[in-house]
Amino acid sequence: MNFDFSDDQKQLRDQARKFLAEKCSPKAVRVVLDGKAPYDKELWKGLAEMGFLGVAIPEEFGGAGAGHLELCVIAEEMGRANAPVPFSSTVYLAAEALLIAGSDAQKKKWLPAIASGEAIGTLALFEGKGNPSPKNVKLTAANGVLNGVKKPVADGAIADFAVVAARTGSSGRDGDISLFLVDLKAGGVEVKSLTNLDPTRGQAEIIFKDCKAEPLGAAGDGWSILTQVLDRAAVLCAFEQVGGSDRALEMGRDYALDRIAFGRQIGSFQAVKHMLADMYVSATLARSNSYYGAWALSTNAAELPEAAAAARISATQAFQHCAKNNIQVHGGMGFTWEFDCHMYYRRANAMALGLGSLSYWEDQLIDRMRKKNAA
Amino acid sequence: MNFDDTPQEAAFRETARKWVAANAPKEFEQELSKSSLGRIRLAKHDMVEVGKAWQKKKAEAGWACLHWPKEYGGRGATPIERVIWQQEEGVYGKLTQPFQIGEGMCGPTVMAWGSEDAKRRYLPKLASGEEIWCQLFSEPSAGSDVAGLRTRAEKKGDNWVVNGQKIWTSGAHYSDFGLLIARTDPNVPKHKGLTMFFLDMKSPGVEVRPIKQANGMQEFNEVYFTDVVIPDGQRLGAVGEGWSVSLTTLMNERMSIGSRLATGVPELFEFCSNLMLEAGLAIDDPAVRSKLASWAVKSSGLKYTSYRAISALSKGERPGPENSIGKLVSGMMLQDIATYAMDLQGAAGVLTGADEETVHGQFQQMLLSSPSMRIAGGTDEILRNIIAERVLGLPGDIRVDKDVPYNEIPTKGR
Repeated sequence: MNFDFSDDQKQLRDQARKFLAEKCSPKAVRVVLDGKAPYDKELWKGLAEMGFLGVAIPEEFGGAGAGHLELCVIAEEMGRANAPVPFSSTVYLAAEALLIAGSDAQKKKWLPAIASGEAIGTLALFEGKGNPSPKNVKLTAANGVLNGVKKPVADGAIADFAVVAARTGSSGRDGDISLFLVDLKAGGVEVKSLTNLDPTRGQAEIIFKDCKAEPLGAAGDGWSILTQVLDRAAVLCAFEQVGGSDRALEMGRDYALDRIAFGRQIGSFQAVKHMLADMYVSATLARSNSYYGAWALSTNAAELPEAAAAARISATQAFQHCAKNNIQVHGGMGFTWEFDCHMYYRRANAMALGLGSLSYWEDQLIDRMRKKNAA
Repeated sequence: MNFDDTPQEAAFRETARKWVAANAPKEFEQELSKSSLGRIRLAKHDMVEVGKAWQKKKAEAGWACLHWPKEYGGRGATPIERVIWQQEEGVYGKLTQPFQIGEGMCGPTVMAWGSEDAKRRYLPKLASGEEIWCQLFSEPSAGSDVAGLRTRAEKKGDNWVVNGQKIWTSGAHYSDFGLLIARTDPNVPKHKGLTMFFLDMKSPGVEVRPIKQANGMQEFNEVYFTDVVIPDGQRLGAVGEGWSVSLTTLMNERMSIGSRLATGVPELFEFCSNLMLEAGLAIDDPAVRSKLASWAVKSSGLKYTSYRAISALSKGERPGPENSIGKLVSGMMLQDIATYAMDLQGAAGVLTGADEETVHGQFQQMLLSSPSMRIAGGTDEILRNIIAERVLGLPGDIRVDKDVPYNEIPTKGR
C-alpha cells in the first residue's frame, strides 16, 4: 500500500509553500481584503510562471501535463496561504469542465490561456438561494443566446470567460440542462460585484441578455458534466480546506505558546489544550478523507463520487472548526481586524458554501453510499 | 498513490491467506463476524479455550506475535507484515482478545527490560498463548494519575513483599502472570519511588475478585495483594525506575496500528436503511442523513488515517502521530451513535430485549458499554493531553505534586 504522495509531489508541495510564503504573505492578502485590488495580479502571474495554473493541463494544451495529485498538493498550499486569487474558479471548475467536455477547439482556445495566466475562468451555476440542482437552473438558452441571471458567481467580476449552466428543456429531468461557454468580454453580459463574507475572493452577479454562447459538451449532458466537475472540485477544494485547517491550527498553537495569562502560557491550560487537540483531530480526519479523494480523482475511480463527498464534508467541517477555534484561542485579539484569524474564518465559511452547502453534500454522500451498498 | 502490495508483500499475503484458509476454525466464522461491537462472546464455547487453541496453532506455524524475534516465539516479521497478517487473519483475530494485553503490553516490556533468561523462559509461552498475562497498573486511587499508586513492595532479603490493591485488570481471572508496578519508596516524589515486577498470579496472597460493571457485565477485576512474595529476579528495570519501564508498556498500548476500532457506523447505516418512520424510511429523512453523513466521514477518516500509517510502515518509515486520534474519535462516536439510534426508535428505544423492534438490543447494549471505551486505555481527556503535548508541543500540565515526597501528598478524596 502506498497511500501517500510521492517524494516528487512532496517536493512540489515544498516548492509551492516556499513560493507562497514569499509572494503571498498575510500582508499581500490584506491588499485584496481591504478592497485595494480585486485580486493579486502579481501572484497570479507568478503562479503561471511556476507552472502551477496548468499543472494538471496536458502539455498539448499548454500545461505541465502532471496530474491531479500534483494539483492537490498545490491546492493545499493555496489554502494554507489563503491566496487571494481566482485559482479554484479557474483551475478546478472552468479548466476541469473544459477537460471533461470541451471540443478540441475550445480546449485550444482556453486551456493554454489558463495555464499562462492570461484567462480567468469561472462556473456560473447558482441563481440565488439554493444548492446545485437542475430545478434551480432557470437561465434559458435558445438559438445560441442566453437569457437570465446568475448569482453568486465566484470571481465573476474578474473572469474572462464562464461555463454557464442553462435550461434547454422542460421535461423535469437532468437532460434539461446544457452547458455553454461564454466569453464575458464579448458583450451581452452585465456584471456586478457583490459584497460577500470573504472579500479576498470576489463574488458577482452576471446578467445575461441575449448573450452569445457556444455549447460545451452535448446538449442535455450539462448536469452529468456538472456533477463530474463538482466532484473533482470538491476534492481539490478539500485540499485547500485542509491547508487552511492546518494553518489555523498552527496559528492557535503558536499563540497558545506565546500568550501568558494567570502567570503561565495559556497553552498549559487544559481547556485550551483540549480545544487545540480537537482541532488536530478534525484536521487529521479531513486530511485522510482528502487523500482518499485524491486517489479516486487521480485514477478516475468508480469510488470518486463517494470519496469526493466524504472529502468535501470532512474538510468543510475541519476548516470551519479550526478557523472558529483559532479565534477562540486568541481571545479578544482574535476578533480584531489586525490579527489574521478572521481571514481564515471568512475563507472557511465562504468555502463551506461555494460548491453547495454542507447539508447538500451530506445528502449526496448518503445517496452515493446507498448506491454503492445496493450495487 | 495506490493500495497495492509490493511484490514481497503480495507474496507474504498469499502465504498468510493460504495458511488461514487451511487452518482457521471455520465453525466460528459466522459468530465472530456478527460480534462487531464490544467484547467477543461465543454462545456455546469458552472464548479463552477456543482462543488458546487458535493461538497455539498459529504459534506452531510461526504466526503468533510474528513481529517478535524467532528466539522469543515470533518469526521476525516486519511491521507491515504484521499488518498484512492481521488483515488476513480477519475475524479470527477476534479470538486473540485474551492475549492482546500480553502481546501488546507485557511482552514488549519484558522484551525491553527482562534478563535474557527471563525472555527465553516467558516470551515464547506468552506468544503461543500457553501462558496469559495481565497488566496490574491502575488502582482505585490511581487511574489517569497512575504514578499516584499506593500498592507497596518492600524488600525482605532477596524477595519483595507486596501489599495493596489493583483494579480494572482485564483477564486477571484467567491470567497466569501479571506485570505489576508498585511503590518501593514513599519518601521520594511519586514518579521516583516506583518499581516494576512480574509475578505468578497463582502466588499465595493474590486474590482476584470480579467487578460488576455499570453495563451489568463482569469483564474486569480487582486484584488484592496480601503479603505476596516476589523474588528480586522478577524485577524489571532498576529499583525506582518503574515509571520509565511503564512508559514502554504504555507506548506500546498506543502503537497498535491497523487495530480494528468499532465506530458503530455500519450498524447505524443498516438500521436507518430499514427503519420505517411516519414519513418513510429513516434514511430518507434529511435530519437523519445529515447525522449519518457526519459520522460516516469520521469513520472513513479513521480508516484512511490507518492506511496512511500502514503506508509509512510499508516504506519502512515510522508512522506519524496521526494514529493517536483513533480511540478518542471512535469511543465518542459509539456513545453518540447508540444514543441516536435509540432516539430513532422512540419510546421502544428504552427496551433492551433481543426482539426485532430493537434490532436485537444492539444499540442499547452499545449505549451501556460505550462509557468504558472513553475511559479504558487512556481517558478522552488524557488522550487530548497527549495529542496537545506530544503532537502539538504544548506545555505539560502544571503538577503541584511533582516534587513533593509521595507520603506528603494530600490523600483526601482518593
